[in-house]
Amino acid sequence: MIESKNLNLYYGQYHALKDISLSMPPKSVTALIGPSGCGKSTFLRTLNRMNDLIPGVRIDGDVLIDGKDIYKDKKMDIDVLRKNVGMVFQKANPFPKSIFENVAYGLRVNGVRDESFIKERVEKSLKQAALWGEVKDVLKKSALALSGGQQQRLCIARALAVEPHVLLMDEPASALDPISTSKIEELIHELKRDFTIAIVTHNMQQAARVSDYTAFFYLGELVELDETKAIFINPKKEQTQNYITGRFG
Amino acid sequence: MKKIFEKAAHAVLFTSSTVSIITVLLIILFLFREGVGLFGKKPIEDGQVLLVNKLNPVSKLTSDELKNIFDQEYTNWRKVGGTNDSILLFRIDDIFNYYTEEELAGIDTNIQLLNEKVSELVGKQIGMVAFISKTQLVLNNKVKIIEVEPVSVSGFFGGELWFPTSQPAAQFGVLPLLLGTLWVSLLAILIALPFGLATAVYMAEIARPSVRSMLKPVVELLAGIPSVVYGFFGLIVIVPLVQQLFNLPVGETGLAGSIVLAIMALPTIITVAEDSIRNTPRSMKEASLALGATHWQTIYRVIIPYASSGITAAVILGIGRAIGETMAVLMVTGNAAIIPHTILQPMRTIPATIAAELGEAAKGGMHYKALFALGCILFLITMLVNITVEFISGGKRIKR
Ligand SMILES: Nc1ncnc2c1ncn2[C@@H]1O[C@H](COP(=O)(O)OP(=O)(O)O)[C@@H](O)[C@H]1O
Ligand SMILES: [Mg+2]
Repeated sequence: MIESKNLNLYYGQYHALKDISLSMPPKSVTALIGPSGCGKSTFLRTLNRMNDLIPGVRIDGDVLIDGKDIYKDKKMDIDVLRKNVGMVFQKANPFPKSIFENVAYGLRVNGVRDESFIKERVEKSLKQAALWGEVKDVLKKSALALSGGQQQRLCIARALAVEPHVLLMDEPASALDPISTSKIEELIHELKRDFTIAIVTHNMQQAARVSDYTAFFYLGELVELDETKAIFINPKKEQTQNYITGRFG
Repeated sequence: MKKIFEKAAHAVLFTSSTVSIITVLLIILFLFREGVGLFGKKPIEDGQVLLVNKLNPVSKLTSDELKNIFDQEYTNWRKVGGTNDSILLFRIDDIFNYYTEEELAGIDTNIQLLNEKVSELVGKQIGMVAFISKTQLVLNNKVKIIEVEPVSVSGFFGGELWFPTSQPAAQFGVLPLLLGTLWVSLLAILIALPFGLATAVYMAEIARPSVRSMLKPVVELLAGIPSVVYGFFGLIVIVPLVQQLFNLPVGETGLAGSIVLAIMALPTIITVAEDSIRNTPRSMKEASLALGATHWQTIYRVIIPYASSGITAAVILGIGRAIGETMAVLMVTGNAAIIPHTILQPMRTIPATIAAELGEAAKGGMHYKALFALGCILFLITMLVNITVEFISGGKRIKR
């Protein structure tokens, strides 16, 4: 369960997120859509506190994940939060290490020493990410030798290996060819059974295909959040209607 | 019009790059031509010869043997494969020990007479070896000239003695200088690398922007200080410190040189390493942090490996500066051309040797050529270091 209440974010003077209140139920897929620059990535990055890295960012309001306020809870450990809230970035960013070590990375930094456990988990994660068949014989090869689509699935496997509860995906397929894209979409369908997923996409068909809920952002505000069917068939706000019918953005 | 301009620019670029490449090649060629000239030459001073009795079976001596004979380390010809006769050294001034004033009457004006006397004397004394000028040479049937073995490559690299001006035969053994250079440089890098890397990581990853913007110019300033100043600082501060700390008779040691060099190499290492750390893409850092890694884990598991080729480059540049550095080292290492056994004894490096001795070496002479040969060695070491590091950092990226 992810919940944000009156969340505001400022990049210095710039008010990038305005009073965002929404919730995403567990084991569902929520798509974040909207024209570029409207704050989708920014919002997604508040959920694992990735914006903390950017100097000059100021945040107020609340974000609750599994009932814990990730900004105000004093006992909140950011590393543990980020382990529980996995992230897949727009551009595949595997480490310049072997395929195996990429997936094992999260386990190692979280203190797992047991090599046989790591091996099992790597295999499981690669299977979950539908990549195992393609790489099982070349686990020692550099991840950089994989194709773009394979690299992105590797990044998904890497995120899954630490068994997060939530998976944040920022336009995970925007740089991929159609075949790789559909593989990733199938994957999201599969993963929904175990994870709460938030996915940013600028591709409306994709949002319609993969998500249960859709949130429409515009100029830093959340305009509308509803079941995906409702948003695409019968949006309540005119701005949403205009956006999904392609009249702007 | 535009085309002409482009063509002209093209021509200018082409010529200037060709000219600079050719210049560099010519310099290298010159260096090696002069340096290689050392080999095959006899390390005895031009115009001098060694005269012995004809009955002496020894016909050839190495420069090592010659030195031992004239230093009176060897006192019997058996030592050098001759008969059991003790060695009698003779230099031209010794003539008065063997002849009376009357017998030598007139030699002040009659050189010919003196020379005949020398040959006569050597002909009489079976164990005598005379070191005389060629112009003084008058051979008779009782004497012969002894040859000196020419300088060989193995003798040059394996030789443990560097006495380029010793008489009668100079010693061109490069081992003490080579080892001095390597010891001082390697220790310098060993000292500089941890400090340099730590500072680079601190500046790139941990320091607040305001702190960094203060540190950066300071480090760059450090690089601009002339090396004599470092040498002076080393002489005044580090040398006494080393002396006291280790309770040594003299503080001018390899260690003092290494510390000064390490300080000098720091700005290069810090600047280059920091740049490469900062150039690690943000996406790499974010990928690591997003998996629950701490900042420290991200630094040593992702950022440093990612920047490793830049860090190695920083080290090469550091070593490059250390190996080639002359002035500061000359001032603080004590400059004893002895094979080093500990880092706490005086040492002498190749560049310091060249700087110290080139002024006094006669142009075209053996000593001069030997210094150029040292220059060649320095060049080869630098090249080797570069190639090795290129090789290492080329393969390293993918590991781990
Ligand atoms: N690091 C940053 N510093 C300042 N402004 C930023 C930064 N990142 C994003 N912004 C601004 O915040 C707004 C929202 O950006 P973003 O969340 O990336 O949009 P989206 O992902 O919806 O395209 C944009 O106007 C963008 O220019
Ligand atoms: Mg975005």
